[in-house]
Amino acid sequence: MKPGIALILAASMTAATVAYAAEPQEERQMTMKQIGGAMGSLAKMAKGEAEYDAAAARQAFTTISESAEKFGQQFPEGSETGFDTEAHPDIWTNRDDFDARVAKLKADAAAAADSVGEDASDLGQKLGMVGQNCGSCHETYRLKNS
Amino acid sequence: MRKFIGSLIVLAVVAAVILWFLSAPSPLPQSAFDGLADPDAERGRQVFLAGGCTSCHAAPDAEGDDKLILSGGLAIESDFGVFHAPNISSDPDAGIGGWSFPEFANAMKAGVGARGEHLYPSFPYTSYTRMTVADLNDLFAYLQTLPASSEASLGHDLPFPFNIRRGLGLWKLLYLKDGPVVDLAGADEQVARGQYLVEGPGHCGECHTPRDLIGGLKRAAWLSGGPNPDGPGIIPNITPDGGVSSWSAADIAYYLESGFTPDFDSVGGSMVAVQKNFAELPATDREAVAAYLKAIPGHPNGY
Repeated sequence: MKPGIALILAASMTAATVAYAAEPQEERQMTMKQIGGAMGSLAKMAKGEAEYDAAAARQAFTTISESAEKFGQQFPEGSETGFDTEAHPDIWTNRDDFDARVAKLKADAAAAADSVGEDASDLGQKLGMVGQNCGSCHETYRLKNS
Repeated sequence: MRKFIGSLIVLAVVAAVILWFLSAPSPLPQSAFDGLADPDAERGRQVFLAGGCTSCHAAPDAEGDDKLILSGGLAIESDFGVFHAPNISSDPDAGIGGWSFPEFANAMKAGVGARGEHLYPSFPYTSYTRMTVADLNDLFAYLQTLPASSEASLGHDLPFPFNIRRGLGLWKLLYLKDGPVVDLAGADEQVARGQYLVEGPGHCGECHTPRDLIGGLKRAAWLSGGPNPDGPGIIPNITPDGGVSSWSAADIAYYLESGFTPDFDSVGGSMVAVQKNFAELPATDREAVAAYLKAIPGHPNGY
């Protein structure tokens, strides 16, 4: 094997390994950002800053619901600190309550995706229903480090 | 030698007498209440929301309308001991239903209780002192419309010397000032309204400003953030040099309305209750707060 190809192979394997080995703290930060991105695109439509697109709205609510699903695996024991985590230690002492809130976000977002309308008339209401999950969970389970 | 000891005793007595007078509670003058209009309880509700009274005075586990039962009970664990927010419901015995308006105004603006005693600054009269008597009049009328609770106040759990209330008189000489914190002379009406809301009823500086060794706010680092008084983590720097530096005034107003940052991260911690209250205020008030936060000097992080 040519050294150049070997180097590329080795580099891509390393990259793959790094991607798989992402820490739960980093993974959940990514998931949070995905939810934020979806919320942002929905808010733009609700505020009339972007044209309403029912398929895109359905996709955004689905992204939020699927992200909530991922949270189930992304707060394991041992990931309480490090990597600039803003997770509150109470997540690991009130686990049932935390899990219930995550399940509620998943269900609310899925319900919103299933009932997306032909026009933007009820998008604000749907966004509010899904979005209030963010603050109510962050009230107890997110702390600020910076 | 005897002469020396004698003059030392005289000096000590003089010092004690001076300290005694300096530390005396000083209520508002009667003239503060001259020409007061009939209170408007509905306007008082707006003042109540801006002040976020329920954050400390509702029972810690209260949800929904129960948050309007101001039975107190929240424990504030500080470096000086544990303070418990008292019952300020309309109950005449357990709450403040039996208080006169001047007694209420003295608590809010002078940190003096109905028995003429100093109140501890865990109750942020250091901010409320900037409130107008007219706003307090409306607020007091609104509080009287809320449910009564016979729950007894818990009292504070403080070690010596912090359990000596009289000492607060000296603390107040240093930290109880009713003038504006930031000099924004000549500011327009919107910024002035924002200054009133933030520095007065909103008492934003009480968490968003770092404190010195004896618990006074470091005014030179106004709104630059501080340690979280509720637990781990920090309260953010909200000056133009903080994490909000890239936010527009519209972004700040939208955050106060919706709970979402420009990146669609959400409000968290004790700010959730504050944001929910601000969402109920007129849009002009949220815009005023935003305009003020854009007008104040920037500071490096205070935590």
